[in-house]
Amino acid sequence: MSKSYGSGAAQVDALRSVDLTVERGDYLAIMGQSGSGKSTLMHILGCLDVPTSGSYRIGGADVSQLTEAALAEVRNRRVGFVFQQFHLLPRISAVRNVELPLIYGGMHPRAARRERAEEALAIVGLEDRLSHRPTELSGGQQQRVAIARALVTDPDILLADEPTGNLASDQATELLSIFDTVHDAGRTVVLITHDPDVARRARRQVRIRDGQIVSDVNKPA
Amino acid sequence: MSWLELFRGALDSLLERRSRSILTVLGLLIGIAAVILTVGLGEGAQAQVGSAISALGTNMLIVTPGSVSTAGVSGGLGSASTLTLADASALSNATDCPQISQVAPVSQHTASLAAGTNTWTAPVVGTTPSYLAIRDRQVVLGQPFTAGEVQAQAHVALIGTEVVQNLFPSSRTIGRTITINGVPFSVTGELNPAGSSANANEDNLVIIPISVAESLFGSRGPYAQSLSQILLSATGPTTMSAAYQEADSLLLELHQLPTPAAADFTITPQTSLLATASSVSKTMTVLLGGIAAIALLVGGIGVMNIMLVSVSERVQEIGLRKALGATPGVILRQFLIEASLLGLGGGVLGVGLGVGGSLLVPSLLHAPIVISLPAVVGAVVVAVGIGLCFGVYPAARAARLSPIEALRSA
Repeated sequence: MSKSYGSGAAQVDALRSVDLTVERGDYLAIMGQSGSGKSTLMHILGCLDVPTSGSYRIGGADVSQLTEAALAEVRNRRVGFVFQQFHLLPRISAVRNVELPLIYGGMHPRAARRERAEEALAIVGLEDRLSHRPTELSGGQQQRVAIARALVTDPDILLADEPTGNLASDQATELLSIFDTVHDAGRTVVLITHDPDVARRARRQVRIRDGQIVSDVNKPA
Repeated sequence: MSWLELFRGALDSLLERRSRSILTVLGLLIGIAAVILTVGLGEGAQAQVGSAISALGTNMLIVTPGSVSTAGVSGGLGSASTLTLADASALSNATDCPQISQVAPVSQHTASLAAGTNTWTAPVVGTTPSYLAIRDRQVVLGQPFTAGEVQAQAHVALIGTEVVQNLFPSSRTIGRTITINGVPFSVTGELNPAGSSANANEDNLVIIPISVAESLFGSRGPYAQSLSQILLSATGPTTMSAAYQEADSLLLELHQLPTPAAADFTITPQTSLLATASSVSKTMTVLLGGIAAIALLVGGIGVMNIMLVSVSERVQEIGLRKALGATPGVILRQFLIEASLLGLGGGVLGVGLGVGGSLLVPSLLHAPIVISLPAVVGAVVVAVGIGLCFGVYPAARAARLSPIEALRSA
């Protein structure tokens, strides 16, 4: 698939004929410098954007021609996001932040939702911080809340964009081990990073430069 | 996403920006309270005018001298004096005018009054006992004068409460003597308090027999034998127009006038007075209400302003919500609900202030305020509607935001 912005002379080709298959249960790191197209790739993988040409299929279903509203539903059900900036809502508690995707997914009743959110927070080791607001948590804890929020809908793919970019190294290590655990539990994990140390964690490393995949290496298990 | 969740989320984000929400609500609140108060004042004035006019007497027709328009030249009410006692007695003839039940000739002049050392000036009405019945006035103390006393030109007087207060501040009135333009009269009765109508103070009044008024005021002015007006009452509310026709044709005949267009008198049904007066106060209500509506509009623009600020402030939050699965429709609804909650808050508090004000204002302004339930419900509905309408544009902007752009702007 390809993605370009603008048109004519001002056209920028962010992705050029990228062909990538991610298997269920894969642990993938997409690496590249800023401007390499890795963010654009992540947006398309996360259904935040659609390719200009070519197609993108999740579990066999083509999602490259969907409407805004349909894409929102795909994001809700199939994709879990973890952002560099955490992007938690600051005024509501950790557990309510984690509940948000379930609310958008229309899950009822409230008690069941709350239970799922608490389970997700337990996976990331924050079962004793349920009612804390993000501002009362450390950066590492906030990012763990974000992981819980990404996992709570039981998505097909966990997409993390520079998840350790805003964390101190000890917190980063701790966080990466959570990704390992999540992967070990059988979930597909895609890390987008420019940090080789982070990428080394993954089983498969994809390098991207100037909108093209330049290498795709499977680390021996 | 359920409406309950949307409301909860909207309430959360309004409370998050508490002081700003309160200020926005304040703008709407003032508009709504202004509308409630001005409409209430208008309705109060209308009700007051209505009750004052119906207090003038039921089924009443007023004949005044002069025509509204005589041969193209407007003479104006009361500009000529063409009504006489003969007209009045002809109108009271039951065979000619079966639908007219009562007739009272009125000769009204302002006169100086005195009792002992107290002096006062008041309108003096010379009339017959029918006057009280037509105008629905009662003698609460003492006795009204009789037709016999009118015939006998008895110097007797009925006085209104304001006259009582000024001439007899602390003593009984019945049987005492007052002078009217220096001529002594015996007070035989006190009138019930009737308040002020649109154009007269009904309590500042002295009533004397018409026969005496003729000689008292007769030598003054060029229209010695003429009357200020003749009051008629119809036999019932349904016979008003029949009574009008009878009076009209009889007076035309008596005055030897060939066509109604040449009439030298004007007959005004009490109902048309009511209509005129209430249309005046309705105009005032519309005017004041219009000004208040502008205040409301400004409040609505305040809502739009604050919602636009809110959208551009929350670009990241909107992007995140979209990434988590919020559809454009959900975002649109969230912002619309926030705007209408601001409207609801402004409406409810505005109604509170308006109703509170309506309890306070009458004692300060001496003006009655009528707050009707439809006005209250309407105000709240309008406030929510304003929030909704002025929220559409900001909400649509929020819904259109691309999640990538929104998340990128860190």
